[in-house]
Amino acid sequence: MSKRASGVLWGIAGIVAALGLWEGYKWLGPDDGVMIGDLIVLPRTTDIAMPHTWDVVARLFEPVTRAEGADVLWWAVLQAAAFSLGIAALGWLIGVTFGLALALLMQRWITAESAVLPWVVLSQTVPLIAIAPLVKRWGSEITIGSFQWENWMSVAVIASYLAFFPVAVSALRGLKSPEAADVDLFTAYSASWWTTLLKLRLPSSVPYLMPSLRLAAANAVVGTVVAEVSIGLGGGIGRMIIEFAATASGDPAKTYAPILGAVLIGLVSAGLVALIGVGLRRYMRGEVPA
Amino acid sequence: MIQMARRGRRVTAAAALAVAGTLALTACSGGTDDEASADSSSSAGASEDTGVTELKAVSVQLQWLTQAQFACYYSALDQGYYEDEGLDVTIIPGAVDIVPIDVLTSGGADFAVSWVPKVLGSIEQGSAVTDVAQIFERSGTMQVAFADSGITSAADFAGKNIGSWGYGNEWELIAGMQANGVTLADLNGGSTVQQAFDMNAFIAGDIDAAQAMTYNEYAQVLETINPDTGELYTEDDLVTINWNDEGTAMLQDAIWADSDRLASDEDYQATTTSFIKGTIKGCVYAKDDPESAADIVTAAGSTLGTSHQLWMANEVNKLIFPSTSGVGHINEDQWDQTVELAMTTVNPEGSTIITTEPPETAYTNDYVDAALAELTDEGVDVYGEDFTPIEVTLNEGGE
Repeated sequence: MSKRASGVLWGIAGIVAALGLWEGYKWLGPDDGVMIGDLIVLPRTTDIAMPHTWDVVARLFEPVTRAEGADVLWWAVLQAAAFSLGIAALGWLIGVTFGLALALLMQRWITAESAVLPWVVLSQTVPLIAIAPLVKRWGSEITIGSFQWENWMSVAVIASYLAFFPVAVSALRGLKSPEAADVDLFTAYSASWWTTLLKLRLPSSVPYLMPSLRLAAANAVVGTVVAEVSIGLGGGIGRMIIEFAATASGDPAKTYAPILGAVLIGLVSAGLVALIGVGLRRYMRGEVPA
Repeated sequence: MIQMARRGRRVTAAAALAVAGTLALTACSGGTDDEASADSSSSAGASEDTGVTELKAVSVQLQWLTQAQFACYYSALDQGYYEDEGLDVTIIPGAVDIVPIDVLTSGGADFAVSWVPKVLGSIEQGSAVTDVAQIFERSGTMQVAFADSGITSAADFAGKNIGSWGYGNEWELIAGMQANGVTLADLNGGSTVQQAFDMNAFIAGDIDAAQAMTYNEYAQVLETINPDTGELYTEDDLVTINWNDEGTAMLQDAIWADSDRLASDEDYQATTTSFIKGTIKGCVYAKDDPESAADIVTAAGSTLGTSHQLWMANEVNKLIFPSTSGVGHINEDQWDQTVELAMTTVNPEGSTIITTEPPETAYTNDYVDAALAELTDEGVDVYGEDFTPIEVTLNEGGE
């Protein structure tokens, strides 16, 4: 209990420290920022560049716009965050499934590994802004019966594209991690590939898998937000960031609201992955960096 | 004790799985709901169960997010003008990486809204598209500087930090500089400064003259508190260099159609006329009632502040009205000026937008003139000679 309490205290201390740093620099730093020659190395401290933290918080409790029936800002941000989180979760799920399947394939057949692994690595060198419009365009041509490809599905696919990579690579390492003696034992008992997988390889891959699941979650969130901006899906945090940019000078506090929303998504998704980790704790013999 | 602990673990594992599953489900349902509500603005009016007459499904790809720049289209949709023409129009907002002409040529939309110079480049690259209606007669792009900066014309740009968004938005600026004998190499840093979606760099002084649309970024400055006075910046604090006055304006928002379909598909030809007709009626509506047009756009999903939205609607009206030859009619002299500038303006990479004259199919007045004739018969004033803009008071942050 005391351990948990101290954890919470440290968490609060971290937030307070961040706020203190922000306000402290804003108070002490020069208006024009710290410059070395013509290069600004530390940001300006004007209210436009760095609004007061309390202004940002206060803005959250004002309506988005003065239009009639406009939502309170925090509620609008929360809705957008939930929307983006939902898509990111779906993208994560697709990505993790696909990544695990790839890893199994590559573990099972060595030929598959040499054939697929370079492509897996190569896939991550294609910039997101190049594939996003393509995914949208291909998707828009899909109609199966009454099923119609929607824009948000493209975003989920793009998120999964970023999410599958760490899972595929780490899971492969994990599946190959059992020691030769252990594998030999299973072979000696003429255990099937399936049994070896379930009883030996999967359990021993968990320490490799956990960090990659966390990475995949972060990637899925980033992918979702960027893809929203890129292909123009309304309703999420990404669109909100672009929309609110118009008020960056006139209402600077407002532009920070969707950023807080993005932070919230990150925290929630990290928490959810941690929950999965709790469930798999008995397989964790020391985590291995991804 | 041990058993308890183990059961506890199993419960948490189950809980974790449940959470993941629920999230995935919410992703599906949440997405569908939102898409539906996003679409409802367009499809709600045009009933899905095709009531009396069958409506023809038509989609138009905008070049940016939902905002009063596109008040013509949203007003026409809201007021049922498209329905009157037998169309069920879906308006697709743009995004950062969406090129409207690519969407049009790949069949993702029936029409696209885009600036003429950008599309001239695409046409030379092989896109078969046609400007069927020039909704904006005037250019909304200008360069804004502070009154005390000493900048009064493009000739003063030499040695200064000049902002531009790039991506094809820089041509009028470069043309205006060329006309005043200033090359990109004369600018501080040897080229334009990359400008973000906001005006912070201009207000902070990093950019001496920033690119601004009359209907958007210019207002963003006027919605910002001037630290020297403690009040909003006023138009007296600013100098604007308007490319319409400098003679280097290029045609902007136009409706583009697929040239191949225009040539072969009679149905599409009729649709084109109907779509233009509905859109022009929307423009006239926005001219007569900018407040209502701004509200319609906000209701369609724009989160711009109320006064900013109204300012935008009013400024866009100024780009359309009064119209020289009827809204949407492509004036040959303006088209020629745009083409001429597109062939002679040299960008930082040393190239021009196009190297040869665009093909005959690049624009046609056939459809817009047909639409204008029908509208005139119906008694719609498509010239707006008596148009007087309203006075919009901007509030801090555009609220």
